Amino acid sequence: MNAKKRSKYAYLYIAPFFIVFVVFSLFPILYSLVLSFCNMDVLSGDLTFIGLDNYVRMIKSGYFFQSIGNTLLIWIMSIIPQLTIAFLLALILSNKWFRGRFILRNVYYFPNLVTPVTIGLLFGAMFSYPGGAVNNIISALGLEAVDFQNHQMLARMVIAIAICWKNFGFNIIYFTAGINSISDDVIEAAEVDGASSWQRTTKITIPLMKPILIYVLVTSIIGGLQMFDESKLVFTSVPGDATTTMVKYMYDSAFVRFQFGYGAAVAYGIFIIVAFFGVLSLLVTRDRKDDYGRKRGRKAK
Amino acid sequence: MNTKTNDSLVRRTKARRILCRAVIYLFAIAVAAVAFYPFFVMIISSTHDNYNIVAKINILPGTHLKENFQRLTENIDLYRGFANSLLLAVVVTVVQNYFTMLAAYAFAKFQFRGKNVLFSIVLVAMMLPGQLGIIGFYKEIQALGLLNSYFTLIVPTIANCFAVFFYKQFIDGALPNELIEAAIMDGCGEFKIFHTIVLPLVVPALVTQGVMTFIGTWNSYLTPLIVLNEKEKFTLPLMIATVRDATHADYGAQYVGMLVSVVPLVIVFCFASRIIMEKISIGAAVKG
Repeated sequence: MNAKKRSKYAYLYIAPFFIVFVVFSLFPILYSLVLSFCNMDVLSGDLTFIGLDNYVRMIKSGYFFQSIGNTLLIWIMSIIPQLTIAFLLALILSNKWFRGRFILRNVYYFPNLVTPVTIGLLFGAMFSYPGGAVNNIISALGLEAVDFQNHQMLARMVIAIAICWKNFGFNIIYFTAGINSISDDVIEAAEVDGASSWQRTTKITIPLMKPILIYVLVTSIIGGLQMFDESKLVFTSVPGDATTTMVKYMYDSAFVRFQFGYGAAVAYGIFIIVAFFGVLSLLVTRDRKDDYGRKRGRKAK
Repeated sequence: MNTKTNDSLVRRTKARRILCRAVIYLFAIAVAAVAFYPFFVMIISSTHDNYNIVAKINILPGTHLKENFQRLTENIDLYRGFANSLLLAVVVTVVQNYFTMLAAYAFAKFQFRGKNVLFSIVLVAMMLPGQLGIIGFYKEIQALGLLNSYFTLIVPTIANCFAVFFYKQFIDGALPNELIEAAIMDGCGEFKIFHTIVLPLVVPALVTQGVMTFIGTWNSYLTPLIVLNEKEKFTLPLMIATVRDATHADYGAQYVGMLVSVVPLVIVFCFASRIIMEKISIGAAVKG
């Protein structure tokens, strides 16, 4: 049939998406790039070209690197318990004898849906000093109440706990899907060979889950580097801006101090960091996967 | 003698297995309790007065829910925020998924020049971090005079590359070419094909992605934060965020505010938990 006439409709169908994409996604990204080389007057909005000055300032000021450090610290403190607990629970829930997995999985997962603003306020209130819910428990145990907000590391830890709480259920679902995708033949073969359930878990399930584990780690770096809501909302002020993440720093630069040019430079700085970690982890994943795929092939056949 | 040792061996392994399972159950339930604890604090605290919230551990519900709610609604226009958020989430869900599905259908079932290049653009754009262009976006919106407008929170969401990618994958697998060819033979118009043949067949994908869009819009914070500055237009998350500043140390009112923001999510989750989990599992299956 007249393919030419049909292709006209194709352009019509993709037009709304691409027009919006160009106007509201692509253009802002390029405009940000232009802004990052400019100084914008707060009142008049006039742009003056200043070359790489914003980037030089970003690298020299130290605040940007400090925000990278904060982000990575919070990320590490949340990702390690998060993946460990999620992996353990995914293994547990995949046991055939385990009852009540449906309801437990829902309980674990629900925090993932909660409005980040609510999570921020909730954890801020729970860990407030001296009368937060957590401090009430600490006092009831006969210990001294802890001022989480005014201690740099503890403040970061509270945010890490909030993020961990929010995401571990998501990872359980992800891991469970991975475990379920392992072919029954492999497990049955091991059973016939007399492997105990502990051996089946450590020698088959865990090695076969490696690609998924690494994938989750990679995506969580990229997501974790962009954290903002919790950083802005859990505590209103922390000494030395210890909980200011990269995106929070960009937000503060542009929308609190109204340095739009500098903020745009920070946005590109973040992009470079995210791209760096993305490429790095992609390389790691690919190597492991190849190595691992060969192993799996041998075992399965 | 021999059978006796066998018996005790069996009994011992059985006992060990029961003990092992008990420990596992205990661990799983303990984690569930910790995961539920913040909700517990939120629900119980919202029913107590501020003295009780700050001074002691509350386990039983109190009687101050109504007072807390009244103090909250004195400070912020809660109903308005709720209505705004609901309206926005529904409209964004409909608009975004209709237009991304339209684009995905074109990519899946049409041959046209530039198709591969354009689809590669979608794939690359999927990987760009969301905040990269946000300052340029703000300045552009400001120049266009679109600040403080819901247009800015609705229309740009059409450019969701993830949705286009997801829908194209789905159509590739779920929509046979013969069906469309037959419809064309019968003289069915292109728009009619999309609306009466394609859309009904992709409902499962629409529901899956739609639930995600709805929750994402309901929860979104950064974009409304920079776009809206008139109080009457605030979404619920923005209002909840101002509760702390508006009420100072009024924890009772704050907890009620949090509770209100979670209720719709509980309702969505009751109906769609299976859909949400399936969507996550699809991602895992692709990567595994």
